[in-house]
Amino acid sequence: MKNRRSLWIPLAAFAVLAAFLGVGLTLNPRELPSPLVGKAAPSFTLPQLHAAGQVIAPEGLRGQVYLLNVWASWCSSCRAEHEHLMALAGTRELAIYGLDYKDERDAGIAWLHRNGNPYIASAFDAEGRAGIDWGVYGVPETFLVDAQGVVRYKHVGPLTPAVIEGRILPLARELARHG
Amino acid sequence: MARFIAMLLLVLASLAHAGEAQPVAADPVLEARVSKLAQELRCLVCQNQTLEDSHAPLAIDLKNQVRDMLASGRSESEVVEYLVARYGDFVLYRPPLKATTMLLWIGPLLLLAISLFALLHHIRRGADAPAGDRAIDAEAARRADALLGLAPGKDSP
Repeated sequence: MKNRRSLWIPLAAFAVLAAFLGVGLTLNPRELPSPLVGKAAPSFTLPQLHAAGQVIAPEGLRGQVYLLNVWASWCSSCRAEHEHLMALAGTRELAIYGLDYKDERDAGIAWLHRNGNPYIASAFDAEGRAGIDWGVYGVPETFLVDAQGVVRYKHVGPLTPAVIEGRILPLARELARHG
Repeated sequence: MARFIAMLLLVLASLAHAGEAQPVAADPVLEARVSKLAQELRCLVCQNQTLEDSHAPLAIDLKNQVRDMLASGRSESEVVEYLVARYGDFVLYRPPLKATTMLLWIGPLLLLAISLFALLHHIRRGADAPAGDRAIDAEAARRADALLGLAPGKDSP
């Protein structure tokens, strides 16, 4: 055994591999970086959920910082974030709009009636075309849009108080100040 | 009038594949292009499947989107650009060669080169070493002989 040092090579290689895999474990493969952040909010013109005769379009929402929350009555994790959205709506600090994604109109209205409606208005995207334009791949998703209509933040998955208090509200306040 | 007919055709076309089942377009050439492109695109829901293989609702929607865009005369690269702008490079099954993906592309080759170098180095050192280095010591030889039954040892009956 003239070269005892080389015995450590496999262990060192294993340690490096373990470190990489360890970091990999903490990453969420479902959370993809959105290329939309920093770009203009994609346009759509959709009927409102509660008033089929009226349309809603991102262009009409310019001039304010707002949250666009993609939800659906069939989405079980939307239930989990709903109370937090209700609480946020209660503070009246941030305008919240909804995008009812691939839903039935009656089911969507009934769901909001049952669980409370935090939205100023919800766009009704029955076919999910607007969803594709916004890069939606899993509901719920939430976008923060500034007064110039630029997407500033995207959250995939249910909102938590930590995300709302820690990320969304501070950013929204800053955008409102500079916007 | 021509515009109206075109609109009508578009509406009818969208109705034609509004259903859940994978629709077979009237135009087999278009369908072949859609399938070919869909094999290059990743399903965002079931991340290890292509759009072509996946039957997730979003994959079907995206395939319909691809079909509509190709049918309206857009090229394959325009469709890919459209999807990358919305879903990022992740939607591509083959990641593009960029600064951020360099390690991904050359990493395996680099690893192979390092391994080959190490192997060659090891072999050459073995060949250069004097025979004495490789000879087993007397105790090990005695035990090996004992195990093989060539010579009486304390292990043998």
